[in-house]
Amino acid sequence: MKNKFFSASIIIIFIFIFFIFYKGLENSNIYTPKTNVKKNVPFFEAKLFDSSNKIKSEDIFNKNNFYLFNVWASWCIPCKDEHPFLMKLSENKNIELIGLNYKDSILNAKNFLKKYNNPYKTIIQDIDGTIGIEWGAYGVPETFIINNDKIIKRIIGPINETSFLEIKEIIK
Amino acid sequence: MFSLIGYYSLVFGLLFSFLIVLLSIKNFRDKNILNDKIISLTFFQLFFVIMSFLGLIASFINSDFSNETVFNHSHTTKPLFYKISGTWGNHEGSLLLWLLVLTLFIFIFLLRSKDQTKQYRILTLLFQQIIIIGFFIFIIKTSNPFNYIFPVPKEGLGLNPILQDPALAIHPPILYLGYVGSSIIFSSTLAATSLGYISREWAKHIKKWVLVSWIFLTFGILLGSIWAYYELGWGGFWFWDPVENVSLMPWLALTTLFHCILVLEKRLILTSWVIILSISTFALSMCGTFLVRSGILNSVHTFANDPERGLFILIFLFCLIFLALFIFFFFHRVQNKDTNSFFWLSKETSILINNWFMMYFLSVVLIGTVYPIFLEVLSSEKISVGPPFYNKLIIPFLIPFLFAMAIGPKLKWIKSNLENKLFLIIFFIISLFLSISITRNLNSSFLINTVLIASAFYLFLITLRDFVINKFKNLSQTIAHFGFSLLILSILLNNIFSTEIITNLKIGETFRSEKFNINFEKIEQQNKQNFRSITGKFNIKNSNGTSEVLNPELRIYNQPNIVTSEADIKMNMFTDKFMTMNLVQNQEHFNIRYQVKPFMIWIWISVMLISFGGIITFFKKKYEK
Repeated sequence: MKNKFFSASIIIIFIFIFFIFYKGLENSNIYTPKTNVKKNVPFFEAKLFDSSNKIKSEDIFNKNNFYLFNVWASWCIPCKDEHPFLMKLSENKNIELIGLNYKDSILNAKNFLKKYNNPYKTIIQDIDGTIGIEWGAYGVPETFIINNDKIIKRIIGPINETSFLEIKEIIK
Repeated sequence: MFSLIGYYSLVFGLLFSFLIVLLSIKNFRDKNILNDKIISLTFFQLFFVIMSFLGLIASFINSDFSNETVFNHSHTTKPLFYKISGTWGNHEGSLLLWLLVLTLFIFIFLLRSKDQTKQYRILTLLFQQIIIIGFFIFIIKTSNPFNYIFPVPKEGLGLNPILQDPALAIHPPILYLGYVGSSIIFSSTLAATSLGYISREWAKHIKKWVLVSWIFLTFGILLGSIWAYYELGWGGFWFWDPVENVSLMPWLALTTLFHCILVLEKRLILTSWVIILSISTFALSMCGTFLVRSGILNSVHTFANDPERGLFILIFLFCLIFLALFIFFFFHRVQNKDTNSFFWLSKETSILINNWFMMYFLSVVLIGTVYPIFLEVLSSEKISVGPPFYNKLIIPFLIPFLFAMAIGPKLKWIKSNLENKLFLIIFFIISLFLSISITRNLNSSFLINTVLIASAFYLFLITLRDFVINKFKNLSQTIAHFGFSLLILSILLNNIFSTEIITNLKIGETFRSEKFNINFEKIEQQNKQNFRSITGKFNIKNSNGTSEVLNPELRIYNQPNIVTSEADIKMNMFTDKFMTMNLVQNQEHFNIRYQVKPFMIWIWISVMLISFGGIITFFKKKYEK
């Protein structure tokens, strides 16, 4: 009797563990932030890069157009690798490139753009990194594709051949 | 082409599984001897799995990007060695490796168990085939390594650069040999339980398999730990990360199992312990695969997340657990009760005590690893369990554990008296003095550190004395226990006396402190095959006049674009000087982390000693008293 009770309780415990693990599987994928996709563009106010004027987010993303919001910095080595892709995209009429110069010195950033050319239509400054936080950026570089005030795609890390083709597909 | 061969070999291998099962059931019923055809079929199955594995390796070597696995994990510029190691560096390939080892081990088992009864061999084979079939279906259905992509991409996506490292290239296969070796123990235990064959002969026979898995598991963990030490750049060797814990848990279970088997071989007691531990070792290994592969855990090691895969392993794992529990509850009967008595002062009692300690450590690690999952499911609250939890719960219990380990082997089987009491007491006093002389300058937690170091010294001295007195008698056990005391000692001293400096330096700048000055002299840049390397040159002047040059390195990989930091470690017998450098936001500065870590090398040496003890036991003909 005692033995049966023991066996039954062991089996119940294991069934319980199974159930927990099964439920646990549903909320896995901790590392792919799906929630940020299709989210509205966060509101912010920031300094423009080449003047001391301030600009609001609704002044930037005001058209029913595609925007590419790119977090970059001159100290970021992978940014140099994605730069050619940005240059190619800047020739495309369907998309407007916005750069967020993240925790950078203006002088270094200007040299960077002089050396590699400027793909951005507008550049805003984020000296203390707060705008990056607003956007939920993971690091530099990071890219958001925006349409109709919604973030429709984000690329963590540098743009490569694959993501470049994906972007072209989206804005076609 | 190679993918095709690989895929069809895999399907053939599965077909052979069914053939083996059919033939085994037939053979189990009618004949007295094991049909030789079964062994040949097992060989063919192994052959096809090897073909499949070679097919995948060949696809990796040729950079055949029409294969999805190769496309996702390889790149043409990658060195050949890492192309090959990339085969098992990913989910699909690593499962194929699991399967390879599963089939390899059952084949070896059949060859090496000729002196056992037919029924037992066939049942073991059948249980093993259940596992093998499960893995075949898992691989073919959810993680086929030979998926075809069209159009064929020009270039692959590359292997995670922190995995491009010699220690890590061989770490998974060795760890898997340990994990999968426990599958043989599992099948064999189930077979022996259902036949009522848990006996001394069986213990003697299965002991070798326990040892093999244990040795590989120990080496596997050691390699992983060494890799973490020099590659992750945090200067630690064990982080209580869930994935590390997952490899530690089977190790704890296996170590306990090994000691139980020794008792079983001598006295035919602790049979339930042996059965439960055999089942849990394998269940924990499978559970590890589940936790790592399903993405249920929040860990730096998590690679591919796919809930469907997780679900399959989960159901499979629990089927096996329920099968095992069923066999244990219905077939296992404790025989002759009178041999189950223990005299309080005997070898088996001390082994039993240590078993309970090991089970306690195992539960701590288990709870720390899975509790966050339970909590999240039940209350959707996220927590992460870190080193303080483990340290607080494990460290105090190490003290009695070490004492039992020192005194236990001195005792005889069944009943004994403590001999050489004087020695034991003198040694204790000596170790206490040694310990106090080390810890006397400590400000915090003086008492616990003193007692802990004293108990480690105690085991250290006593095993050292055993070397002198016993010469080669019980050499393997003495070496393993000596290694363990050394391990605890070096970990403790390392923890207490490590110093760390984290600072930002520009080229030409010097960091000054009481003990040393660090001068950042220059950096050098070089282009390597698939990464660009930035090496810093640092000159360290110690206050005692000696100086060193350390060259930490940054590697900027091109595919995928990731920066990794390679530590430079100056190792000698007493201290490690450890330095890493990292980029910081302001381009001119580098973040420097400099650590002086005493007795680091002894941690590795002691783990090697422990496994060396196992190796000696493995090659020894006869078990000594």
